[in-house]
Amino acid sequence: MDLFVQQTVNALALGGTYALLALGLAVVFSIMGLINFAHGELMTISGYTLMYCGILGVPFVVSVPLAILAAVLAAVAMERIAFRPVRGGSGATMLITSFAVAMILQVLFQNLISARSQAVALPQILSQSVHLGNVIIGVNKIAAIVATVLMLIFLDRFMNRQKTGIAMRAAAEDFAVARLMGIRANTVIAGAFAISGLLAGVAAVLWVSQRASVDPLMGFTPVLKAFIAAILGGLGSLRGAVAGGFMLGFIEVYLAAFLPQEFQEFREPIGLGLVVLILLFRPNGMIPSRFLGSIKV
Amino acid sequence: MTRVPLLSAQGLNVRYGAIQAVRGIELSINEGEIVTFLGANGAGKSSTLNALVGLVPVAEGRVLFDDQDITDLAPERLTPMGLTLAPEGRRVFGGLTVEENLRMGAYAVNDVDRRMAAWDMVYDLFPILHERRKQFAGTLSGGQQQMLAIGRALMCGPRLLLLDEPSLGLAPKIVGQIFDLIALLRERDVTLGIVEQNVAMALEVADRGYVMAAGRVVATGTAEELRQTDRLRAAYLGEE
Repeated sequence: MDLFVQQTVNALALGGTYALLALGLAVVFSIMGLINFAHGELMTISGYTLMYCGILGVPFVVSVPLAILAAVLAAVAMERIAFRPVRGGSGATMLITSFAVAMILQVLFQNLISARSQAVALPQILSQSVHLGNVIIGVNKIAAIVATVLMLIFLDRFMNRQKTGIAMRAAAEDFAVARLMGIRANTVIAGAFAISGLLAGVAAVLWVSQRASVDPLMGFTPVLKAFIAAILGGLGSLRGAVAGGFMLGFIEVYLAAFLPQEFQEFREPIGLGLVVLILLFRPNGMIPSRFLGSIKV
Repeated sequence: MTRVPLLSAQGLNVRYGAIQAVRGIELSINEGEIVTFLGANGAGKSSTLNALVGLVPVAEGRVLFDDQDITDLAPERLTPMGLTLAPEGRRVFGGLTVEENLRMGAYAVNDVDRRMAAWDMVYDLFPILHERRKQFAGTLSGGQQQMLAIGRALMCGPRLLLLDEPSLGLAPKIVGQIFDLIALLRERDVTLGIVEQNVAMALEVADRGYVMAAGRVVATGTAEELRQTDRLRAAYLGEE
């Protein structure tokens, strides 16, 4: 029972990180029809910011917001430089562009920083743990869960109360009509990228605080997982992205914890097999977007 | 009595690839008028309206609004100038509440007083929208959605509102209500351009009209004149 509680906390922490990443992908996809595979490199940029801040002796409470800000600025720059010129292009054009951006950034990290994994200085408190009865919970796990919940509340408020957030929902549904209201395409799309950068930045801080290292390919695996989570939840649906992220987190953690030893090496295929199984019954994901086929800018 | 029209188009052409939807039409709408565009399906009425507001590109020709050349301006630039369109098929944001839809209509209005006045006017014209303001627009009936689409377009305080097929797919009783509303809008000094299939209703509220066929204007005149001309019938029956 204690093991179960402990693994559930782990699943919430990992699932929450996937959920934030999947949300970042979904926000951009719902508005532009672009699956941004360079989303992971936003994480890596945050990770390196944390690393350099550590080297320079910047206090952690300052370096975390700086790392998140770096991802937001990088996301907005990515849109302006790489994706705006291909806006309105086919889905394939935008997808290939995002691969190109990801690869260029990875090569830049390898050549300008290091091809090897670099240590990131983290405060002591993150590696400590709390004892609740017989359950031992890492502070970094608690931090991840709290940060995820706060981000989800923030995003919910933003999308439902703020004018720009409502405009983003409107544009995701019918871009042409949104423009008739005077909603500018550039504003909404830059806003979507800024939000996705914010989510990637927070996810990166959580990711790095479990590992204390950063490497040029750091963002690849979590974003691939987030992409699976977004599909599982229903591509383009924000609620679906959150549901898919948590679902994937639970599948992975429970399989790692409770699968008999002799099956452990098949953990990943079994996990993905479960994802395929869910999609067989719900091909559009758990909470499908109602506007999947809608025309984007 | 000559006055500068609020909106005019000269030699307007619209193409979709090899297909020419609008072939060099001339039109004008004066301040305070209700002008209707009539014609069979595929005559180019909606294409004309969409080109005026920048939703589809103008291949050739010029569009002037309030003496300014707006030919190549994007729709989001025209709304703050006072020109907007309530598109065909209503196209309300189904996943937004009624209130949020209206709030989006006023997106371009920065002046608080003007925004408050718009809320008052729209809720006054459509009490049902006030009643349903917390409801998702997708759950409204067709007639209510059309009211919301018109209300949403009115939220920006337009000087010229273009309505594309406001009666499409609505029950006859609801169509009557929509046209009553159009008559009310005239009392509130909103200039209107209406594309409509319901010829009798349209000519009843309109001052003037253009009859289109195969992308051209084949007849124009006052509503009274158009009611009496054969060109109207001919345009619908496809005789050029």
